[in-house]
Amino acid sequence: MAAVKKPKLAVWKFASCDGCQLSLLDCEDELLAIAKEITIANFPEASRAIVKGPYDISLVEGSITTPHDAERIHKIRRMSKCLVTIGACATAGGIQALRNFADVNDFVSIVYANPAYIETLNKSTPIADHVFVDFELRGCPINKYQLVEFISATLNGRKPNIGTHSVCMECKMKGNVCVMVSSGIPCLGPVTQMGCGALCPSYNRGCFGCFGPMESPNTKSLAAWFERLQVPSDDIVRMFRGFNAYAEPFRKESEAHEK
Amino acid sequence: MKSRTIKVDYLARVEGEGKLYVKIKDNTVADVRFSVFEPPRFFEALLRGRRFTEAPDITSRICGICPVAYQMSSSQAMESVCGVTVSGPLRDLRRLIYCGEWIESHALHIYMLHAPDFLGYEDAITMAKDHPDVVTQGLKLKKIGNDLMVLLGGREIHPVNPRVGGFYKVPTKEDILRFVEPLEWALEASLETVRFTSTLPFPEFERDYEFVSLRHPDEYPITEGRVVSNKGIDISTDQFLDTFEEIHVPHSTSLQAKVKERDDYLAGPMARYCNNFDRLPEVAQKAAKEAGLSEVCTNPFKSIIVRSVETVFACHEALRIIKAYKAPDKPYVEVPPKAGVGHGCTEAPRGLLYHRYEIDDAGIIKDARIIPPTSQNQKAMEVDLRQFVQKNLDLTDDKLTWQCEQVIRNYDPCISCSCHFLKLDIKRD
Repeated sequence: MAAVKKPKLAVWKFASCDGCQLSLLDCEDELLAIAKEITIANFPEASRAIVKGPYDISLVEGSITTPHDAERIHKIRRMSKCLVTIGACATAGGIQALRNFADVNDFVSIVYANPAYIETLNKSTPIADHVFVDFELRGCPINKYQLVEFISATLNGRKPNIGTHSVCMECKMKGNVCVMVSSGIPCLGPVTQMGCGALCPSYNRGCFGCFGPMESPNTKSLAAWFERLQVPSDDIVRMFRGFNAYAEPFRKESEAHEK
Repeated sequence: MKSRTIKVDYLARVEGEGKLYVKIKDNTVADVRFSVFEPPRFFEALLRGRRFTEAPDITSRICGICPVAYQMSSSQAMESVCGVTVSGPLRDLRRLIYCGEWIESHALHIYMLHAPDFLGYEDAITMAKDHPDVVTQGLKLKKIGNDLMVLLGGREIHPVNPRVGGFYKVPTKEDILRFVEPLEWALEASLETVRFTSTLPFPEFERDYEFVSLRHPDEYPITEGRVVSNKGIDISTDQFLDTFEEIHVPHSTSLQAKVKERDDYLAGPMARYCNNFDRLPEVAQKAAKEAGLSEVCTNPFKSIIVRSVETVFACHEALRIIKAYKAPDKPYVEVPPKAGVGHGCTEAPRGLLYHRYEIDDAGIIKDARIIPPTSQNQKAMEVDLRQFVQKNLDLTDDKLTWQCEQVIRNYDPCISCSCHFLKLDIKRD
């Protein structure tokens, strides 16, 4: 076969735990096969070698929290044909977006002795607030099989087969007994996007929203059910204020229950 | 006057963002800075006002490579506030999921991040072209660690199953016995890993470290023990902040820890190994000796062999737990909240991880303090760099830069964690 130019993949990091990019290294069975089809051109967590852009696929992990990063994301966008956000930090601002509900200066002084050394923005914001995003992979962390599916679909020029239905639907398909109906455990499954395989209910706990709000979620109705289960309003606030706290439907619902 | 600068602006094959800067003036190292430019995420602040039961889920998000360590240190701290002890099979299962994390994290570092340095490759994928069997073995070993975390945690990154008091759901004996065969393979593969890593070319470099780790009366430490050092520290975990302190330096968003009365110290595999050689099972002790290691290893480049010996231990320990396992009646112990202060200290793959929480009667977190392994090691890394560069000034800039990166990678640093940490900059004047 004649040598075909392999597409170039880059991985970029902003404020995050590195877990989503680690998902690529966690593809133990697929990693070497993927590396045969694409050039891993910029992936500092895995390699010293850096191939210059432009890049065909840029995977972006993490949220924007510093003035420098707010500039850097625009440079990355200019170098990328297809920019994909990976994980709750990049798609919704992550757990560090809890600062968006407080005064960041209080946060800095709680953690650091010399706040003057710290340069940070008031808010932790998703990548899409700054640049155009071509596709998003949800999750805290992402599902590695969704990542492999996305790469494989892109290599084959087809649309990735990644659902947008709820965790609740995944649970039904799995045949789980509903934790909320049977045990009165509050669960975000009805309003959270699929992707984890209904993990928490399969382990006898309520979903805590790692994959963020599904399309058109009825958070108001779900919160009313939580109230019927005698969940105190500050716990309802905490439930919606998790790893996707700053995603609009979850943000609004948490604010509605704040005293 | 001759000046030289060596710098690395974005250190590769580590977890998180850091840079190195070394300035050499008249053949003397004038300045060494290992900076973390990882943006701060303020975990200690955002934990305030959350429920004590949320700490394991929230703090696991500090690090995608060692989430179990965060879940275990925070759970232990909360249980100590509330006066609850988790024992028997639940304690064993915690140790088992932690063994999974050690196997996964150690295999990742040994094969994917560290070995390419010694063999002169930019990364494991390039290394796989010449050494396919080595990389394939590493990936398979790593996967077994991950599979163990999936079994007990639901997923490998940010497991959902561990909780304050134990687990949401425990495996059946049948579920767990399926791991005997893969772990027996993993034990052999890890012994092979010790032999493989012992043949790598190591730069000559020794340092008189203060090794800080846990020590337990009858186990190689993972989940609990006293905090000890080879220079006389022997304290319970609640005395941690009396003995160690954290300093905020301008060039880093990670705080640097030190022994209050002395100076830098080293946490991680070399420290655990030195302080606890006698607690290793015979199979691991024998493998270490055959690889030419004595009971104390002071060459940080050889941490890759120590990490391999610990992988032998983790596979052996996992098999021991699995064979003895009897499913508990209840997956967790009830932990009713009680106002007070609690401490948690466990051994993350890359070193000691300390948590301290204050909670109120309703179980709401009033104050949180987290000291991750990489901030504890940051000062030791700078001292290593200074001494290593001073001894190797005759190397070319390219070679020196690469070896300086290796000095840092010896620690398997976890920079996202420490940011509360790598770029190399060598400047020769």
